Amino acid sequence: MTMEFSEHIKTANVDDVVLKLPLRPALKGTLCVTAHHLVFSERKEEGSYQLLLLLRSVDAIEKRMTGLSGSSGTIVIKCKDLRILQFDIPGMEECLNVASSIEALSSLESVTELYPFFHRPRELSLSEPWGLSSPQQQYAQTERLWDRWRLSKVNRNFSVCMSYPRTVIVPCAIDDITLAKAASFRQGGRFPVLCYYHRSNGMVIMRSSQPMTGANRKRCREDELLLQAAIDESEMGYIIDTRSAQQAQQARMAGGGFESKAFYHHWRRLHRHLERGKVLQESLIKLVEACGDPSQNMDRWLSKLENSKWLSHVHSALSTAGLVAECVERDGHSVLVHGFEGTDTTLLVTSLAQLILDPASRTFRGFLQLLEREWVQAGHPFRQRCAHSAHSHARLRQECPAFLLLLDATWQLGRQFPLALEFSEVLLLRLAQDAYASDYGTFLCSSEQERCALQVKENTHCLFQFLLRREEREKYVNPLYEATDLAIWPSVHPQSLQLWTGLFLRWTEYAQTMDEAREEIWTIVKERKETDRPKGCAHTTLSRHDSFTNVENLMDELTVL
Amino acid sequence: MDHIRTPKVENVRWLDRLTPRRIAVGTLYLSSTHTIFVENSDARKETWVLHSLVGSVERLAGTPAGCPLLVRCKNFQVFQLLLPQERDCADVYASLAHLSRPERYGDLYCFSFQPNLDKEERERAWNFLDLLADFSRMGIPSNLWHATPANHEYRVCDTYPSELFVPKSASPAVIVGSAKFRSRGRFPVLSYYHRDTSAAVCRSSQPLSGFSARSLEDEQMLQAIMKSNPASEYVYVVDTRPKLNAMANRAAGKGYESEDHYSNIRLHFVAIDNIHVMRSSQQKLADVGDLRSPSMGDFLWGLENSGWLKHIKAVLDAGVFIAKAVAEEGVSVLVHCSDGWDRTAQACSVASVLLDPYYRTLKGFMVLMEKDWVSFGHKFSHRYAHLDGDPREVSPVLDQFLECVWQLMEQFPCAFEFNERFLLQLHTHVHSCQYGNFIGNSQKERKELRIRERTHSVWHHLWENRVEFINPLYRVDHNQTQGVLRPVTTPYCFKFWKNMYSPVERGVAMRLSDCLNAVREESQQLEEELDAHQEVPRETDAEQGIHTPTKHACLETTLALYPHATVPSHTHKLGQPSNICPPFLKNPRVLKLVTPP
Repeated sequence: MTMEFSEHIKTANVDDVVLKLPLRPALKGTLCVTAHHLVFSERKEEGSYQLLLLLRSVDAIEKRMTGLSGSSGTIVIKCKDLRILQFDIPGMEECLNVASSIEALSSLESVTELYPFFHRPRELSLSEPWGLSSPQQQYAQTERLWDRWRLSKVNRNFSVCMSYPRTVIVPCAIDDITLAKAASFRQGGRFPVLCYYHRSNGMVIMRSSQPMTGANRKRCREDELLLQAAIDESEMGYIIDTRSAQQAQQARMAGGGFESKAFYHHWRRLHRHLERGKVLQESLIKLVEACGDPSQNMDRWLSKLENSKWLSHVHSALSTAGLVAECVERDGHSVLVHGFEGTDTTLLVTSLAQLILDPASRTFRGFLQLLEREWVQAGHPFRQRCAHSAHSHARLRQECPAFLLLLDATWQLGRQFPLALEFSEVLLLRLAQDAYASDYGTFLCSSEQERCALQVKENTHCLFQFLLRREEREKYVNPLYEATDLAIWPSVHPQSLQLWTGLFLRWTEYAQTMDEAREEIWTIVKERKETDRPKGCAHTTLSRHDSFTNVENLMDELTVL
Repeated sequence: MDHIRTPKVENVRWLDRLTPRRIAVGTLYLSSTHTIFVENSDARKETWVLHSLVGSVERLAGTPAGCPLLVRCKNFQVFQLLLPQERDCADVYASLAHLSRPERYGDLYCFSFQPNLDKEERERAWNFLDLLADFSRMGIPSNLWHATPANHEYRVCDTYPSELFVPKSASPAVIVGSAKFRSRGRFPVLSYYHRDTSAAVCRSSQPLSGFSARSLEDEQMLQAIMKSNPASEYVYVVDTRPKLNAMANRAAGKGYESEDHYSNIRLHFVAIDNIHVMRSSQQKLADVGDLRSPSMGDFLWGLENSGWLKHIKAVLDAGVFIAKAVAEEGVSVLVHCSDGWDRTAQACSVASVLLDPYYRTLKGFMVLMEKDWVSFGHKFSHRYAHLDGDPREVSPVLDQFLECVWQLMEQFPCAFEFNERFLLQLHTHVHSCQYGNFIGNSQKERKELRIRERTHSVWHHLWENRVEFINPLYRVDHNQTQGVLRPVTTPYCFKFWKNMYSPVERGVAMRLSDCLNAVREESQQLEEELDAHQEVPRETDAEQGIHTPTKHACLETTLALYPHATVPSHTHKLGQPSNICPPFLKNPRVLKLVTPP
């Protein structure tokens, strides 16, 4: 343990601590504070319970004195994964010491002091590959991209865009000099790059940040050329702006703006307003508060649920992603998505649209690759956004649960299409947990540049690689998965969207029976696999109708009461 | 046939109100029992709607395209017809308005419905459930409880069944005296006996206590109930009304038991609102399900404003209270409301579902329905408007019980042998009048109508089709199927019952249980069914207006395997201000409202 950590630990061990966890009887044992963990061991001969809590996962802590004249204390710990636990600690001084250690060690500022830099499980080696995917790989695997799109290393030193990876996919017709100029016209240098290629019709989804047109309606020939080169002369592209038209207008006053029709002839702009930043964060806080309200009053719950607006945000995210997907698949247009910085709602929309359209992104590996490309490498500022979750009353700075919203919307897709995703809710819960506090380095930092500078890949293990190990993977797959080539169009009727109980009510009895049900599903599927399948499954019968129309006709014949 | 002036109209357009994009053109036929729509397309698709399921018909303002009729069904399906001629529209409207509101029992569909069963089979079907067998299944100790002949020929109470169980120590004089002191003679009788604790759930109507009246026999009756549970020293009297309502009843010479007069009782009120509140609440809820393209805020606001989930919670809470008293405290409970046939039926049957795993099986649930609802005189024909009558009698009492069970199924996915589809089917049959089980308002009335001789039983039919209704997650030895269910009733556990109230979207998002059933299906069989289906378009017997059987059960399974394929849903046009329109229904025939026999 380095000096810095031990400075924060005045009392390392306390005996006779009582631990209260949700849905469990109180336990008595020893509490131990280490540099990165709280360790609680029950004092019992056999089968004693152990709790290992990553200090980074502590979102907020409350302490109060109890007992006669404050002879003992209670610490309530609210975790970023929404769990709440309580320690009753004998001795006022011990209690205060433990509390201040938790406060200090759960909010270490320096990334390299965080646990992923110290996590060294025996079964993993630092020499193993880090990450699953990269724009290079994506490019290499998509042969049909090659005649119109190229890999550019214009950002190899992160000098053109701090938050982009070193390589990006851009139209062949645009050289690096033009790219650099276009970048200087986009906020944070985030010029339009390709993020998805739709094989069936060659349309693409691109993303960027807002153009810096400013109050004087500046234009940038290079940026215009770049967008023009992404589509054919005869085609029409769509720009999905995740701000309201009014917001986009107002952004001009701050130097930002939008693509004017006069200069981008072949692009049509649509505004679909998504909330962001503080509004989303407050929405999460309100929702979690509502879920923790013990009141039995139904009206109160429903109005709190509505008032949190969380489901409205899920609704808008899925609707907008559906719109993008529809542009690409149904109407055959390429799409550019951006809002302000292009690091939050933009990524939410582009990644959800890919889940709807692209069967590859619905596999276990494909989904992790999608997250890696669209969130980690694309520069979602995890470090700021996931600094705190819903319990912290610390002054919020740049926290925003955009990633959580993606996971929620993905869960909604999985609920509506129980067979379509290869991974289960359990994976989404794991990702929700690790995005906020993790043993792994994947969600550290806010950009590739930062990760390089801090040598994250050299000194931490990769969560995605870890999850794909066979023994781990099994915990997270959806036993019902059946691959399909079709797009999965979610219903965005409010009635069709539900509260993600698995996440928000995770630590209640309610979630327990759901876990039992999940186990039961596994049992059934395993039994099923054991009893030999006699012939090719009925799926193949249907898959043989490879054209969508045939399937549609068949469906027309079906009546569902 | 007098009411059908225009039995056939051509070039009618049929559309689902929520999906204006999909319009089918075809011919409309009116039979004495069904509205039938046959599409002009090559497939000649047909939609059949039972008249008895039609809740209301409304003429909307005419358009250049034709005269629209809006039809709302009692199971919350909605569709619209566009007829080219004003005159035809008026005729069809008049016919439907009339046919959907029969005035006499004899006009109900069940009396003309002829499935392919001979007399013996019909009788066997009627004997499929045996209520007496259920009482002996409960393990009633014969030294404490017994069947009383008091109500033979419905002498004491004409809304009760003739077979009733009472404490053995209650003499005929006590029974008769108690009946005289209870609204409509509905004296306290056994509904459920819990073997593990010897505690019982009894039911009755309110006492005619007014402000001070008392009845020695009635007090003795409650004493007898207490004594039939030797281990306990008191009984709970659960009044399922809000206390204020119960007090108001005293002014009318009714009310509730006074703790001063009845020794050893503990009164408990559980505030379930009356049938009028429930009726308007459900109407508001249905309006929410009906909204065209609501925002999330509209939807949640509407849900809250309807108060529906609050009422569902109240019913479930009543059941939880009773189940706890019986299973945990070992104390017997007497449940009543005013007449003891609405809220009392809800509370007793929810408690039974919680207490006894048997009632969570398919057959057990049928028995429970037959016992607590049908035999104990829940007024089906009044509540579900089988005949044209007083609209103030109509109320979704059973809907609420079914929804409580659904909410429990959501919370305990492995606890029930049957699935959501079973509940929905049951709900439809309560309204459809296709079978005789739910006709009339009491056992006595059904006897007079000779229901068993003249109509068929739905239970046997549902049992024969049970493959459709089995929950794949149910396993006899699972811990959720054992013992007493202890649900959480925190408000967040209650959900909007989408497949009941927004049925238009049925078939779009697949239910997990369906997928699991699909997994369990033998693939071979599935393949055969699929082939068979492709060859055989539906045949119909137009004369009788009855469906011939189709394979839709297994095809549904096929559908479940391909939720991906069913979903084209984004119908919005680019550039339009609206967000994504509701997922569109591929096939208006989803509105098929009757299962073929």
